[in-house]
Amino acid sequence: MINKEFFFRGFKSILAPDSPALALGCCFIAIGALLKNLGFNIQESIFSTMLTYALPGSLVMAESLLVGASLLNIFLAVWFVNARLYPMAVSLFPLMIHKSQPKWKYYFSCHFIAVSAWLIMKSNYKSVEKKHRIDFWIGIGCATWTTAVIGTFIGFYLSDYLDKNMMMGLAILNPIYFLCMMVGAMKTIQITASVILGLLLGPIFYFFSPEWSILLGGFIGGTIAYFIGELNVN
Amino acid sequence: MSTSVVLAILVTSLATFLSRFLGAITSKGVKETSKLFRWFNCLAYSTLAALIARTIMFPVGVLSDASYMSRCIVVLFCLFIFFISKRNFVYPTIISAIMMTLLSNYL
Repeated sequence: MINKEFFFRGFKSILAPDSPALALGCCFIAIGALLKNLGFNIQESIFSTMLTYALPGSLVMAESLLVGASLLNIFLAVWFVNARLYPMAVSLFPLMIHKSQPKWKYYFSCHFIAVSAWLIMKSNYKSVEKKHRIDFWIGIGCATWTTAVIGTFIGFYLSDYLDKNMMMGLAILNPIYFLCMMVGAMKTIQITASVILGLLLGPIFYFFSPEWSILLGGFIGGTIAYFIGELNVN
Repeated sequence: MSTSVVLAILVTSLATFLSRFLGAITSKGVKETSKLFRWFNCLAYSTLAALIARTIMFPVGVLSDASYMSRCIVVLFCLFIFFISKRNFVYPTIISAIMMTLLSNYL
């Protein structure tokens, strides 16, 4: 079963002064308001956040529904946008795998892979014994997921009182918060090069292929950064 | 709930879960000290950076109505606040929302 001590330690990590809970909550307030404006009811909005729990994916779904895209188009568009979750999972789970822990915890908790939870775990995993990291991670995931659901709920009912300028203010919170966290994580040459190259190549590739720009920018930037780091070590 | 919306939500969640689940499955054989792990770590950071840059420069949704200049001013000013506040994440985040709301009124 889940170790309660480490679960709650992870859960409480979103209460830290530099936690992403505020930014995450505000962004899902914007999502809740957007879904209501698109004609979703409260059940559909909450259901969407609970099952998807990824901001860009929810935005793509909302935009696709708006233009009347087919289910296959929605699936492919969301898959492309959220393919970034694959390298995030591969670079996180090896830090948590322990032979004494049951496999279901890993399969269940992969749903919590999202930028905010991933960044919290990446900056805190060293303070937790490897055996208990998965329980700590489930705690972080439950906390950020709950924040997202509550944010959607608030946004849905606040949407009548938010004007367009305030919605823009809420929408910029998340990218700014993530940008600061990424800049804060630039402590090794590999991570520094990865972040800088990703920031440059993502928009450059957008001019050639908007759908593939994130994946291409991430793949090429990350691979170059990896070799820069390896050459530097050697 | 209307059927089309529920189906769209289910399809979206399936497409999202697929990447997460495949990542969890294939990471089993990857050791945290291996070169493969370091490479995936670089890919993850770089992909996130690409996503952030794209979100700011070519946004979808409500942010696409904000002018290019107002977005650039907010990003640069918030990075400045981040560095002068000894890398505090909260101040630039809160300031970004206030600045964006005010700038979108005037720019």
